[in-house]
Amino acid sequence: MTTAYTRTAVALHWLVAALVITALTLGWSMTDMVFSPLKLRLFNWHKWLGVTVLALMLLRSFWRLTHPPPALLPMPAWQRVASKLVHGLLYVMLLVQPLTGWLYSNASGIPVVYLGLIPLPNLVGKDKVLDEIARNVHDAGGWVLAVLIGLHLLGAMKHYYHDRDDTLGRMLRWQSS
Amino acid sequence: MTPASARWMLLLAGLALAAVAALASEGAIDASQSAIVATFRQEGVPVDAPFKRFSGTVLYNAAHPEAASAAVDVEAGSLDIGDESYNAELRKTAWFDSTHFPQASFRSGAIKPGSADHFDATGTLSIKGKSQTITVSITVQHTGRATAFDGSFELSRRYFGVGDPDWDAVLDDKVLVRFHLQGSAANLTPAAPVQSSRS
Repeated sequence: MTTAYTRTAVALHWLVAALVITALTLGWSMTDMVFSPLKLRLFNWHKWLGVTVLALMLLRSFWRLTHPPPALLPMPAWQRVASKLVHGLLYVMLLVQPLTGWLYSNASGIPVVYLGLIPLPNLVGKDKVLDEIARNVHDAGGWVLAVLIGLHLLGAMKHYYHDRDDTLGRMLRWQSS
Repeated sequence: MTPASARWMLLLAGLALAAVAALASEGAIDASQSAIVATFRQEGVPVDAPFKRFSGTVLYNAAHPEAASAAVDVEAGSLDIGDESYNAELRKTAWFDSTHFPQASFRSGAIKPGSADHFDATGTLSIKGKSQTITVSITVQHTGRATAFDGSFELSRRYFGVGDPDWDAVLDDKVLVRFHLQGSAANLTPAAPVQSSRS
């Protein structure tokens, strides 16, 4: 059984982390802005970040299935369950949240054009009712994601400061393999 | 008044009313069956925005396409980009300034007939107090009892001062306008030398 993450897994973890935190911050700040060129630009960047996260998460899911991560370090059963639950939900939300955003954009009549260059297919046509639903789902999803990230962070801190085990260390280690 | 002359009077009044009704509906655009959609591009993203309110007249007779004419008035404040707060922004001075310029319009001048049921209309496009001569290729479709006119043209929003320069970085200058104007069955009758009354 391997005890280390592959470099690919480590790189994907931190890349997605940086992109998601940026996307969440953008998402919360841009929606309250007054109508301006900057606002539209931030919306575009937010969408591009989301599409990038979706693509990386698909790659990451594939990578995880083909390169099983190291086993959990010894810990009480409830913590194993909590860890698996939070990790599972993070994967689900990181795949679902970009999709609901994409759907929301299409339902409000705006196609997603990745980096302003690659038009992505419309998932749905313009639809007032769906627009409203997708907006609420995407909005709530942002908060769910934030809570999951918070729990993930708390877990990492607990293992680092309290248990003093290698849980965080092995995600920081850039070793050959 | 004898009963006979009263009947004649009624008949004449009826005919006069019918004639007025026919003239009034001559070529009038049926807005409920028509659409005028502007497509803006922001950083490569095309956004379709329909004008919700417009009116006008298109006179066309297939036998005399050169006599065709079109007059369309669009309510500048009725552009719908899908969000009411954004729509309100577009009515402001930086965009359409629809308080001062409530109407955008097109008035055809010269008509150049093309192949069957195609013609080029050169005319004056007026938006936000500025005018420009444009030529629009129009295709005529006879659908059932009604006649429809389809076409599109590109305009420069900067020329008309729609969107102040701050927007140039994210919003293309070129705006595509597509229209589908459907008239009533009266369009199939020969073009009458009447200009329908417009406000």
